[in-house]
Amino acid sequence: MSVLAQDGVEGSNPLLNIAIFGVFVVITLVIVVRVSRRASSGASDFYTAGGGFSGPQNGVAISGDYLSAASFLGIAGAIALNGYDGFLYSIGFLVAWLVALLLVAELLRNTGRFTLGDVLAFRMKQAPVRAAAATSTLAVSFFYLLAQMAGAGGLIALLLNITDGFQQSVVIAVVGAIMIAYVLIGGMRGTTWVQIIKAVLLIVGAGVMTVWVLVLYGFNFSALLGAAVERGGETGAALLNPGKQYGVSSVSQLDFLSLGLALVLGTAGLPHILMRFYTVPTAKEARRSVVWAIWLIGLFYLFTLVLGYGAGALVGPEAIRAAPGGANSAAPLLAYELGGTLLLGIIAAVAFATILAVVAGLTITASASFAHDIYANVIKKGKIDEQHEEVRVARITAVVIGVVAIFGGILASGQNIAFLVALAFAVAASANLPTILYSLFWKRFNTSGALWSIYGGLGITVVLIVFSPVVSGKPVSATTGKSPSMLQGVDFSWFPLDNPGIVSIPASFLLGYLGTVLSKNKADTKKYAEMEVRSLTGVGVEKSVVH
Amino acid sequence: MSTTDSSPPTEVRDWEAVQATPEFQDLRRRLRNFVFPVAGLFLGWYVLYVLLANYASEFMSIKVLGNVNIGLIFGLLQFVSTFAITAWYVRFADKRFDPLAGKLRAELEEDHK
Repeated sequence: MSVLAQDGVEGSNPLLNIAIFGVFVVITLVIVVRVSRRASSGASDFYTAGGGFSGPQNGVAISGDYLSAASFLGIAGAIALNGYDGFLYSIGFLVAWLVALLLVAELLRNTGRFTLGDVLAFRMKQAPVRAAAATSTLAVSFFYLLAQMAGAGGLIALLLNITDGFQQSVVIAVVGAIMIAYVLIGGMRGTTWVQIIKAVLLIVGAGVMTVWVLVLYGFNFSALLGAAVERGGETGAALLNPGKQYGVSSVSQLDFLSLGLALVLGTAGLPHILMRFYTVPTAKEARRSVVWAIWLIGLFYLFTLVLGYGAGALVGPEAIRAAPGGANSAAPLLAYELGGTLLLGIIAAVAFATILAVVAGLTITASASFAHDIYANVIKKGKIDEQHEEVRVARITAVVIGVVAIFGGILASGQNIAFLVALAFAVAASANLPTILYSLFWKRFNTSGALWSIYGGLGITVVLIVFSPVVSGKPVSATTGKSPSMLQGVDFSWFPLDNPGIVSIPASFLLGYLGTVLSKNKADTKKYAEMEVRSLTGVGVEKSVVH
Repeated sequence: MSTTDSSPPTEVRDWEAVQATPEFQDLRRRLRNFVFPVAGLFLGWYVLYVLLANYASEFMSIKVLGNVNIGLIFGLLQFVSTFAITAWYVRFADKRFDPLAGKLRAELEEDHK
């Protein structure tokens, strides 16, 4: 088979793609403006929409926040090219929600108001623990944000046929500016609606394509697998079996185990997901949110299984590899194969909407963490006008973060960015989750334990990544003439795995334990009693703002 | 719902006394006795699956139904178990947890008027 078109996906009509995306932006902006009229001013409304969403609404919004472009384009592409090993990702991403459901969501809802710092600092010394919680929130948000924005660059090249660096930067800046507008105008209320609309579009779009693929194979999944194997040629049979990607060596197997741990334990520590639990009025609604999210996310990953093998069977791995964007182009190419230019345009617009919505959610989380934890509670020691001054700081922070995301996205565009999402999950699983679980369930846990597990988990994760093969030292690939590492021509790696989870997660749990038992300060048992009673019964939870 | 107060409650309460009541201890035990073992169960089941995919790929590659192999069935079973545990937890929370938690909460809020 000959190499396909070099510029843009074949059959893609950039004008149509932009037009459909434009319609999405206009509709969502109108909705954001309308819902923001109903909003009262103040921190509670800006950060959490006054806790006024229902469980089902929030559940849809959570799936909108969670199903990023990486999971839509990335997983479908990984299944198309690596078969079974791509499927493994989606399982980790899904099972992770049980951790959130059983151990975190409801208790978190009952003990905090706006941020992760609210919960972690509840019974600790406020300033240092809030500063630590904000640091890890900002770190996770930054890595995640950068990955999404850099992905936007690749998507632009792929779908709008823009390969010129300057024009790509302009489009990234426009995407960033729209996102800042959503956050400033709509706060959490507007952002949530953007996520709800995007989630519906994404799940319906993927569902239609899934049914379409299944119809082509007479609803015979085995026949679909057979077709993917056949199209895959010599290596096709390996598509059905585990190990095509990770079974190469014992190091890569260990790497996969490490990744699997970070995926399953990271979700319940992602700050932008945790913050969503504050947008509902009660713990019971938080539970309903997660239940809805689990069904929707599970359904979506079942769709990607069909879409991935469908792309492998109908488009073929050679055409996917040759397209700009590589694996990420599997789903768009499949859309074109099925429904021509129009369906491709719709799927392209949905992919853009996905980036926009996820970035908006991350920005509002990071700005809330800075304004509420660092500015209001560390710098101003809690003596602040929450209604005006704190919200003003949050808005300014949102703009700053948006601008940083735009420049970061422009700089990182074209880089190997897949590891940034894995890094965000690894930090969340290492720095945040152990600290959350100890705070909620372990009476003796104290301030120094919290600081050790947050800073220790964060530090270990970042150091291991910097000295891992993703940053330097992977051998030069014969086909591309480049090393898959981020930096070319240098090798200072000594940690063998791409993903640090298998070391950093246990280390952080251990540090939280050691920090607690080795420090002289005692846990505040009165505050622990208060935290436990509040977290289990929900007594004293703020009433939601009726709207 | 009593008030529409939106500021955090600043009341001083003897939380340790509430924590020590048999009712609260019962609530706490119910939650922990459910979530800890079930969390261990699904994490263990997930790790088993990852280990099998990693180190027993020949076993996982055995075809069962047409092109559908054991690995794929195991993977789909992870979906099934996730959905099932979700439903199980909701049932537990509705029947065994919420009524008691609601009762305690009502008592606490009543005491404090």
